Amino acid sequence: MDIGQGLRKRTLELTSIATAIVIWEIVARIINIKYILPSFTSVVSAFIGLVQEGELYRDALTSLNYFVIGIGLAILVGIPIGTLMGWFKSIDRAVDPIIEMIRPIPPLAWITFAIIWFGLTKYAAGFVIFIGAVFPIIINTYTGFKNTPRVLVESGKVLGCVRNIDIIYRIALPSALPAIATGIRVGMGVGWMCVVAAEFFAVSTYGLGWKIWHWNNLHHMDIVLTYMLVLGMIAFMIDRLFRYLVEEWWLKWQSGVVV
Amino acid sequence: MLSIKNINKTYHSEEGDEVLALSDINLEMKNKEFVCFIGPSGCGKTTLLRIIAGLETPDSGTITIHGEPIKGPGPDRGMVFQEYSLFPWRTVLKNITFSLEMKKVPKGQREDIARQHLELVGLSKFADSYPHELSGGMKQRVAIARALVNDPNVLLMDEPFGAVDAQTRNRLQQELLKIWERDKKTLLFITHSVDEAVYLADRVVVFTSRPGRIKEIFKIDLPRPRDRTSVDANMYRESLLSSLGAEIKNAID
Ligand SMILES: Nc1ncnc2c1ncn2[C@@H]1O[C@H](COP(=O)(O)OP(=O)(O)OP(=O)(O)O)[C@@H](O)[C@H]1O
Ligand SMILES: [Mg+2]
Repeated sequence: MDIGQGLRKRTLELTSIATAIVIWEIVARIINIKYILPSFTSVVSAFIGLVQEGELYRDALTSLNYFVIGIGLAILVGIPIGTLMGWFKSIDRAVDPIIEMIRPIPPLAWITFAIIWFGLTKYAAGFVIFIGAVFPIIINTYTGFKNTPRVLVESGKVLGCVRNIDIIYRIALPSALPAIATGIRVGMGVGWMCVVAAEFFAVSTYGLGWKIWHWNNLHHMDIVLTYMLVLGMIAFMIDRLFRYLVEEWWLKWQSGVVV
Repeated sequence: MLSIKNINKTYHSEEGDEVLALSDINLEMKNKEFVCFIGPSGCGKTTLLRIIAGLETPDSGTITIHGEPIKGPGPDRGMVFQEYSLFPWRTVLKNITFSLEMKKVPKGQREDIARQHLELVGLSKFADSYPHELSGGMKQRVAIARALVNDPNVLLMDEPFGAVDAQTRNRLQQELLKIWERDKKTLLFITHSVDEAVYLADRVVVFTSRPGRIKEIFKIDLPRPRDRTSVDANMYRESLLSSLGAEIKNAID
């Protein structure tokens, strides 16, 4: 019965997607203006064409390259800052006002300075993504450290953790890992949005975001829509992969809890 | 051996209120003695245990072990907390090896020692489980093994069996006595159960309601293994209950 129910559940979801596609196709054919709404079939054939030319592959790699630079930097910077702020009150008080001043600035507002500082390079795009991703990571790391249960810290002390560094590394950090994972996940979401925007400024002639702009200028809206869907699909896959790694491997000890 | 002299402790809340938690506590414990603390909720039992553990400093008074004053947590004292305190990110075995890691005992050796202690509390099969896979009673047994593995002279236990059912509790008490008789540690044990105190302790210390003072000390002169249903045990329970009853009434009034 369980299997039957599972199948029925999946059937419902598949039916739902199929229905949406059919409606899309019908509406597109009724409107019959490719510029306003390309049909599903034209998007599929555009997709196949882009895959065959190897174009999509290079664009995706280019965008992922920016993404990795930005997120990697955000993790390297965000976790230590969040840790220090979460654990030392004086650092929190000193750094918090600065962070609260910079954080509300939308990441895209940094694009001009990114280009001035780094030129039209992948580092300029990476920097904008970094700005988008670093604050969620800082804040979640901070919260994770702040919420370390007192009884675990005291257990550590009674069992021989004397130095601050031992308590941070052996107790507070592992205890904060679920929160840090959440921060990285949220940061990656924001970072991926920044990828598209950063690419509008022609840091390269490849890239998923840049191609949307490019094909829009040439009025090839079927290709634009294809790139939009690919952007969504990649974000979805990154998120799933990350969740899988976290649940199956990184934070196996807290199984049952979804980050 | 363990000597508690003139301990006073006041807590200050952030609103400026003061709570006098402990007032003029004096107690001498012999080496390898089993002492139970019993008293109304909020009377300061945990506070006293935390001061002995070195997690809290008293406002005045001193505590010495073999003449040495306490200056913070140390390997000579182990503690089992009132709430669950296992590290959730470590397996049962790795929880037990924690203090050995801090002492830099080599890996193979510390796992051997940990397995012996796991055997002692009857949980060998769960070495590789995570704490969230254990029942409440099992968690406390692991916490006991984790405290014992450091081989402390003094073991401080704060209502370790408070959250388990009566049957499991009886079994855990027997296990604890076995360990205590084998290792001969000085044991300080907080409980709310008169039955538990009479079954376990050499002496039972009754606290008054807040501020906590020592009201009475009962010496339980019964040979072990003890019979919970014996006339003598019943007598002890009754005198403990009447001493305690007056205090609980005070605490409620
Ligand atoms: N960190 C703290 N800050 C302020 N007050 C505290 C703090 N810890 C304990 N107290 C107060 O001190 C008193 C004694 O607390 P303690 O935890 O020692 O009681 P207890 O005897 O262990 O009670 P129980 O049997 O319920 O565990 C209580 O009134 C409590 O509210
Ligand atoms: Mg208590």
